[in-house]
Amino acid sequence: MTDQSASAPLVVPAHRGLLGRFARRAEAVVLPLAALLVGIAVFSIFLLLQGKSPIQFFALTYQGAFGSAFSWQNTLSRTAPLLFAALCVALPARLGLVVIGGEGAIVLGGVAAGAAGVVFSQSIGLIAFPLMAACAMLVGGLWIGAVGALRYYRGVNETIASLLMAYIAIALMNHLVEGPLRDPESLNKPSTTPLPAQLRVGDIPGWEVHWGLAFGILACLLAWVLIEKTTWGFAARIAGGNMRAAQVQGLSVGRLIIGFTALGGALAGLAGFFEVAAVHGSANGSLAAGYGYTGILVAFLARHNPLAIIPVAILLAGFEASSGLIQRRMNLPAATVLVLQGFVFVSILMSDTLYGRFKMFAPERWRSA
Amino acid sequence: MESDLGLWVIPLAILGGAIRVSTPFLFVSLGEVLTERSGRINLGLEGTLVFGAMSGYAAAYLTGSPWLGVLAAAAGGAFFGLIHGLICSLPRVNDIAVGIAMMILGMGLAFYFGKPFVQPVAPDLPSIDFGWWSDVPQVRAALRVNVLFIIGAGLAFAMWWMFRATRVGLVIRVVGDSTDAARAMGLRPALIRTLSTTVGGAFAGVGGAYLSLFYPGSWNEGISSGQGLMAVALVIFARWNPIACFGAALLFGGAGALGPTLQSVGISEGYYLFFAAPYVLTLGVLIATSSPSRAMAGAPGELSITK
Repeated sequence: MTDQSASAPLVVPAHRGLLGRFARRAEAVVLPLAALLVGIAVFSIFLLLQGKSPIQFFALTYQGAFGSAFSWQNTLSRTAPLLFAALCVALPARLGLVVIGGEGAIVLGGVAAGAAGVVFSQSIGLIAFPLMAACAMLVGGLWIGAVGALRYYRGVNETIASLLMAYIAIALMNHLVEGPLRDPESLNKPSTTPLPAQLRVGDIPGWEVHWGLAFGILACLLAWVLIEKTTWGFAARIAGGNMRAAQVQGLSVGRLIIGFTALGGALAGLAGFFEVAAVHGSANGSLAAGYGYTGILVAFLARHNPLAIIPVAILLAGFEASSGLIQRRMNLPAATVLVLQGFVFVSILMSDTLYGRFKMFAPERWRSA
Repeated sequence: MESDLGLWVIPLAILGGAIRVSTPFLFVSLGEVLTERSGRINLGLEGTLVFGAMSGYAAAYLTGSPWLGVLAAAAGGAFFGLIHGLICSLPRVNDIAVGIAMMILGMGLAFYFGKPFVQPVAPDLPSIDFGWWSDVPQVRAALRVNVLFIIGAGLAFAMWWMFRATRVGLVIRVVGDSTDAARAMGLRPALIRTLSTTVGGAFAGVGGAYLSLFYPGSWNEGISSGQGLMAVALVIFARWNPIACFGAALLFGGAGALGPTLQSVGISEGYYLFFAAPYVLTLGVLIATSSPSRAMAGAPGELSITK
């Protein structure tokens, strides 16, 4: 597209009013949406080749995810961990880091919360909840913060390290839940001692969805403020653009890397806390439900924008919430959702090549009327 | 089984396990060496491995021939490699992220198409008995070596020779070290990288066929737990040298055999911690061999992972 930039006027007006500002922002919305639709279209062709109806698939998805109050509750309960898991990807991504091991922080955060719940089982929720959440965040933050530290001090690739640590975390969880922390009464499914009733996180009044959703949305809002409105967020973006330039500018890149990864890990740990205290009632193998992996796709689809994470997480939670209905009605395997996620993920990454190629999103290249 | 071997059972079982478990590591890491030497990284080989395991098992079951299964796995792996290579040829696309996406897609497709093949039994790949001279069953079991392991070892040496002494090897190395130099020589970097990624994917697919057709020798959704990813990390440890990959694969195979071996002799305390041994070893090796300041010795210059 060099010919267009060559013919652009030398003096570029700073902006072209509201329309110009709108056009610039529109690119970040239109391209991911188009990529999402392309991914869905490819998946629909895939279903057609199997002799299955994509129309029935998406009708059932709507019904199972958003069709009734009950399905909305199911979707929103699954949204909560996805919000935290996506932030665990999006925050380090500001520094150009691809951290994909949020699952490990969720799992170990859940174990920490479960163990803390046993310790504080005599106290009231008002005292125990902050302590349990703090334990979960501390463990999650240390786990993913270690990935950042390894990256900064040893140059270890954060993508591989974080995924390896997710496998280690799941093995650790199995060891703890089947060994030292096991409740002897949990026979079929090894678990920690169930939390007493007063230490179960309840529902948001009138919503029948647990409080994790509210805190997840709050975390997204705060993360947006951190990234867009504070000097730390600004410094992180500079460092993400060019690590060496940031160092030359005197930014402490090490603190940024470790801080952002640890914060992401702490939030993923908080997801583990809510999974234990609001959903399962004790820490067990159900913690490794794959939210950490779906969160990767949520963050990439949202282009690592914490505000965009909220609707994207609801959408992907909806796909997972309706999975059971689709399996029963259409006789499709459980992995169908994974295939859909794969197509959408590949499509969204391919769309990266399109940014800056369309004139309609670049007001400075519009011909003056 | 209560022979007079005593505790010798453990190292023997680990040796046998190293040979058995290492083959998928070997094939995936050789595929990754080929890909990375051309200047690109494919983190999606975990997904390719799982898809290879499924397609190999399915083809072997349907045709009755395990070798047709291996061929199908190689073809499936090549297809995934080709897609990865083509997508990464687009400008400004992040090859690490595409690898993650291909990993999810590969696993999704493998689980989707593999569901009908969880129950049936496919024919196994043949193996050669190198322990015929011994009367001890454990020795014989340890030295029952699968043909694919021998092919993999041969492939490692062949690749080493290719990079060292052939024109093809030189072309791949030039493209991997400097896009500009390659262009100046009249080479087409995107094409060569895509081809390398395709062949690398085929290798990873064969590694998957080994999983489902020999050890553990059945298809299920938990057939690979990060072997493909560990093999990618192993390439850094092996400094992009195919023969070093062979040694590293044996080491990782031994670590992977630790948990099952200890369980087989009745040590179940901390079983899950031993199960984590290969991941801990991989991480330890990555920490030991990475460096924050200087570029890694032997690393291809265009590799995004080391820049």
